[in-house]
Amino acid sequence: MTERELVIVGGGPAGMAAAVSAYRSGVRDILLLERDQFLGGILNQCIHTGFGLDYFKEILTGPEYADRFIKEVENIKEIEVSLRSFVVGLTKDKELTVLKPGVLEQIRAGAIIMATGCREKTREMIHIAGSRPAGIFSAGLAQKLINIEGLLPGTEVVIVGSGDIGLIMARRFNLEGAKVKAVIEIQDKTRGLVRNIVQCVEDFDIPIYYRHKIVKIHGNERITKVSVVKVDDRFEAIEETRFDIDCDTLLVSVGLIPENELIEMAGVAMNKKTNTPVAEGLNRTSIPGIFVCGNAFKVYDLVDAVSKDSIEAGRMAAEYLGGAA
Amino acid sequence: MAWGGSKNPFPITMQKTYDVLIIGAGVVGASIARELSRYRLNIVLVEKEEELAFGVSKSNSGIIHPGTQVSPRSLKGRLCVEGNRLIRRVSQELGVDFKEVGELIIAFRKEEIDRLNELKKDAELLGVPKLQIVDSSWLREHEPNLSHEAVAALYAPTAGILSPYRLVYDMAENARKNGVGIFTKQKVIKIISMGRKEARNKPLFEVTTSEKTFQARYVINAAGLFADEVSALVGVNDFTIRPRKGEEFILDKKREHLTNHLLFPLPSKTSKGILVIKTADGNPMIGPTAQDIEDKEDLSTSDDGLNKVLAGVRRMIPSIAADDIIAYFAGLRPVAGEDFIIRHEKDVLGFINVAGIQSPGLTAAPAIALLVCRILKENGLPLRKKFIFHKERKKTIHLFDIPLDKTRKLVQQDPSYGDIVCRCEMVSSKEIKDAIARGATTLDGIKFRTRAQAGRCHGGFCTSRILKILSSATNTPLTQVTKKGCGSEIVKEERGK
Repeated sequence: MTERELVIVGGGPAGMAAAVSAYRSGVRDILLLERDQFLGGILNQCIHTGFGLDYFKEILTGPEYADRFIKEVENIKEIEVSLRSFVVGLTKDKELTVLKPGVLEQIRAGAIIMATGCREKTREMIHIAGSRPAGIFSAGLAQKLINIEGLLPGTEVVIVGSGDIGLIMARRFNLEGAKVKAVIEIQDKTRGLVRNIVQCVEDFDIPIYYRHKIVKIHGNERITKVSVVKVDDRFEAIEETRFDIDCDTLLVSVGLIPENELIEMAGVAMNKKTNTPVAEGLNRTSIPGIFVCGNAFKVYDLVDAVSKDSIEAGRMAAEYLGGAA
Repeated sequence: MAWGGSKNPFPITMQKTYDVLIIGAGVVGASIARELSRYRLNIVLVEKEEELAFGVSKSNSGIIHPGTQVSPRSLKGRLCVEGNRLIRRVSQELGVDFKEVGELIIAFRKEEIDRLNELKKDAELLGVPKLQIVDSSWLREHEPNLSHEAVAALYAPTAGILSPYRLVYDMAENARKNGVGIFTKQKVIKIISMGRKEARNKPLFEVTTSEKTFQARYVINAAGLFADEVSALVGVNDFTIRPRKGEEFILDKKREHLTNHLLFPLPSKTSKGILVIKTADGNPMIGPTAQDIEDKEDLSTSDDGLNKVLAGVRRMIPSIAADDIIAYFAGLRPVAGEDFIIRHEKDVLGFINVAGIQSPGLTAAPAIALLVCRILKENGLPLRKKFIFHKERKKTIHLFDIPLDKTRKLVQQDPSYGDIVCRCEMVSSKEIKDAIARGATTLDGIKFRTRAQAGRCHGGFCTSRILKILSSATNTPLTQVTKKGCGSEIVKEERGK
């Protein structure tokens, strides 16, 4: 068991901002764990612009935004970055079990900041009936396949849900030469940013069906079509409005869930509905010295807000460590 | 395609005559192949799908039934009880995780207790051991989440669980080690019987698949949903397989300890009802529905099915919520009347039908294999034991179910055990590469073997990595990697190529 002053789990925008801020607030032993082979988290696959307007007062792409923090982190030698490092266990006594290639390590931390981000809701979570063929992707997975791996998932696309990632991907598929046939949204307005509706959907003449839902997925091997209906005030299907849209790809963009299974394992009091810690204030949990920041604490619309609140988490952890010492 | 790499001992081009050809590599076919591989025989197992267990077996519930809900006069009742005994040894030899969790058949009204006693009496006729009627106070203590309206239950402690597809893979792998040739993507389209009964010839068949022609002395039809169609190829068409659909819903692993036993309501005439199932993977499962359908490829789930299942299980465990569901699927039971059909066809010398193997087929599989061996012997196939039969198989390693100390040792021996690919289920790149080396060629095949992509994010984070590992390990272009075989390719185009 090694002892560390502050361990931060997650090297995306939240974890990096928290690390830099903790250093500035006086912490001199910081371990930043990232499971991927790069820092930057999900920003690396967000190659569109629109980041940083609030925080840096300029318009950046996702990787550019991430790069500013990566440079800061790399310039602070007191922050040790451990990549491809995967936390598999966390206890209430702030003991972490970390797996990385060739090493299983146990670490006792003075304080922990969890900056684990969120995951996408799946087709299964909204219980879309029908078959389970190839060609169904979460919007984020499709984004990774196109932007990072250089792979085009499909050519005739329907998007369910109007979350920001789905809208961004509507434009992205269009630019890659695929046809985006519809965006299906059960609510009567988008759950994404208005600018994304305008720039990613309306500008490309993509039909958007509000107050509609997908009731069935068809196709045995690859998806062939979806059945769509209008819904009533209780979101129940109005059967006579049913129609089919042929497609080879369905993107699911129906919301995000904070990824907090580790703190749950440690015994932090959780709000089961939102999968976030029950907290007395920003970034706090029921266990003193375990903090949660960024999208793991609550899902933010803009990364700028993630950075701001995570800076606060770094400061709070420093204060906790100072008080504990 | 030879399954599991190039180690196949009998290249098809040699046109050899096999002693036994088995059609269908589900749990029944794999179990028969493994049992027969003890003997000095040349055996081949052919499967129409891209991978083994991709038919009926992949959507099995994984329950090893004790023999409590089958007619005491039926063949399947007898095979179920025998299979329940045999599966323990098979699991141990092959390193399959079998857990004897026990089952409770629950009565909600005083009047239903008589039914429990009847079930108990029937099961005891079959030789099911240790049965016990338990009362409500026992239930409160041992099953705290169970509805307080439950008044009593029939407790069968010998019920168990295992992973149905891992059982198939492990049996097939062991059979192959013992010399069985296994070929996938071989849909049987023609069978010619060349043996003549009147001439007292040895039986001989020519079996043509979508790719090859095989010669064999004996043919065993374990083609699951398609057993009637295969049987009709030799002119035996006195039975029909009707698919009975079952929809099942998998809950988050966080709910692993929702129940301590398998929970059953009182059975109806056609089904055991909607259950709360413990699984070898830890996730509870709820279902299945039972609906007779026509289409043998219709694996769709429905809103109606979901509502029925939720209503059914909430009667037993009121705290189950729709939000607990992380995945769902449908399977088709191959129904050919009330009982199993396991027989040598007198009019087609050397042809054995093993058809209509619906529940409790998984449990019965090892007993079915023994029965088929006896039938072969009675019909002229000499069964002589091999000098060396490799009865054991090294247990597959899953990080998610081994203690930390063992993980530490493994990671030191092979660093790639520390390279986690699937975060929800904690699966390393080493386990994925092992699965491929053992025969996985598709994303679903990797999922069934390792659980990677089977957790709460449903592959959102790991699919792209697995895609790349599979592509490079099997030397397949990324655009040709599939979810479950031809037509289910994951991506359409590779850019910049």
